[in-house]
Amino acid sequence: MSIWEYANPKKFMQTSSWALPWVTGLAVVTLLTGLVWGFFFTPDDFRQGATVKIIYIHVPSAMMAINAWAMMLVTSLIWLIRRHHVSVLAAKAAAPIGMTMTLIALFTGAIWGQPMWGTWWAWDPRLTSFLILFLFYLGYIALWEAVDDPDTAADLTSVLCLVGSVFALLSRYAVLFWNQGLHQGASLSLDKEEHVADVFAWPLWISMAGFVLLFITLVLLRTRTEIRSRRLRALEARERMA
Amino acid sequence: MLALLLRDLRLATRAGGGFGLSLAFFLIVTVLVPFGVGPEGGILARIAPGILWVGALLSCLLSLDRIFALDREDGSLDLLATAPIPLEGVVAAKALAHWLTTGLPLTLGAPVLGVLLHLPGSGFAWLTLSLLLGTPALSVIGTFGAALTVGLKRGGLLLSLLVLPLYIPTLIFGAEAARRGSEGLATATPLLMLAGITAGAVAMLPFASAAAIRVNLR
Repeated sequence: MSIWEYANPKKFMQTSSWALPWVTGLAVVTLLTGLVWGFFFTPDDFRQGATVKIIYIHVPSAMMAINAWAMMLVTSLIWLIRRHHVSVLAAKAAAPIGMTMTLIALFTGAIWGQPMWGTWWAWDPRLTSFLILFLFYLGYIALWEAVDDPDTAADLTSVLCLVGSVFALLSRYAVLFWNQGLHQGASLSLDKEEHVADVFAWPLWISMAGFVLLFITLVLLRTRTEIRSRRLRALEARERMA
Repeated sequence: MLALLLRDLRLATRAGGGFGLSLAFFLIVTVLVPFGVGPEGGILARIAPGILWVGALLSCLLSLDRIFALDREDGSLDLLATAPIPLEGVVAAKALAHWLTTGLPLTLGAPVLGVLLHLPGSGFAWLTLSLLLGTPALSVIGTFGAALTVGLKRGGLLLSLLVLPLYIPTLIFGAEAARRGSEGLATATPLLMLAGITAGAVAMLPFASAAAIRVNLR
C-alpha cells in the first residue's frame, strides 16, 4: 500500500468516493464551529471592535492561497517526473480554488483595512505579493484554458508552475525590498512568544483546520469531475470511431 | 549556434523584420506620458526612471511572439529541434538575438528619452547601467513565455499574461536602481540583485524553454 496506488484513476475514484462524504462532513463541522465560535462567542477587541473577527476568514484563506500553490507545485512535479494523470488533474483542480482563496484574502483584508488603516489598499509587501500571486494563478489557469491537447496543456502548465514558483518567491522578497510594510506580523506562530491572545487563537486554529478540510473537499470534488469529464471525452471519441 | 544567431539577426534587421518597431513603441509610450500626467518638470523627473523602465519592458514584450512563431510557421523550428546542437543552445541563441535587436537598442535609446522626461543628470548612467543589466533577463524570460505559447494560434495576449508577472522582480530591482541613482542614493544593492536575477535566468530558463518547445513540437 503506497501513495502511488492513487495514480490509478479507478483506485482514486473508489477511495475518494468513500472519503468525500467524511471529509465534507468534517469540513462543515469544523468550519461551523470555528466561525460561529469566532463570530459570536469571542469578545470584541478593545481597539479594533468587532472588525477583529474578520481574522477568522482572512488568515485561513490567506494560508490556503499559499498552500494551494505549494500543492500545485508538488503535484506538477509528480506529473513531470512520474506521469500520473491524477496528479496533474489535482493541480488543475486546485488552481481556481487557490485563486478564490487569494481573492477572499484580498477582499477581507480590504474590508478590515478601511476602518483600521483608513484605506482599502496600500502597496504593502504582503498585499502586493498576494496581488502578484493572484496574477500567477490567472496565468496558470489561462494557459490550461488555451491549450487544446490535454497532455500538452498538462506539461506546459507544470513547467509554468515550476518557473512561476521561483519567480513568485523572488517577487515576494523583491516587494519586501521595494516598500515598507503596513501589515502586522504573523498572527499565529508555533515558536514565537507573542501572538494573538488565546480567546482569539483557539477559534482561529479551528477555522484554519476548517479551511484546510474545505480545500481538500473541493480539490477531491473537482479532481473527480475532471476524471469523469476525461472518461466522457474518451467514450465520445470511441463512439465516433465505431 | 553562431550561424543561428547571425541568421536571426539578419532576419530581424532586414525588410519586414520589425527591427526598430519596439524602439519606436518605446518613444511613443514615453511621449504619451507627459500628456497623461502633465508637463510639469518636477513630477516628470520624479517618475522618469520608473516610466522608462516600464516603457522598456512593454516594448520588449511587443516583439516576443516573433521569436518562435515565424520559425514554427515555416517549419524551421522542427529542423532546429532535430539539429545537432541542443535545443537549449538554440533557445539561448534566440534569446541573445532578441536581446541584441530589442534590449540593447532600448538600453541605448533610453537616455535620449530620459532627456524628454527631465531625468536628473545623475540618473543617466544608472538608468543605462540598470537597463543593460536587466534587459537580458527580460529577453530570456520572454523567450520562455514565447516557448510556452508557440503552439497556440492566438498566443499574443496569453503571452503577455504569462510573462508580465514573471517580469515583476526584474522591474522592481531595475526601476529601484534607476530611481536611487537619479536621486543620488546608493545603488549597489538593487544592481547586484538585478544582476543576480539576470544571471540566474540566463543560466536556468533556457532549459525550461527548451522543455516547453519539446512539448509543443510533440
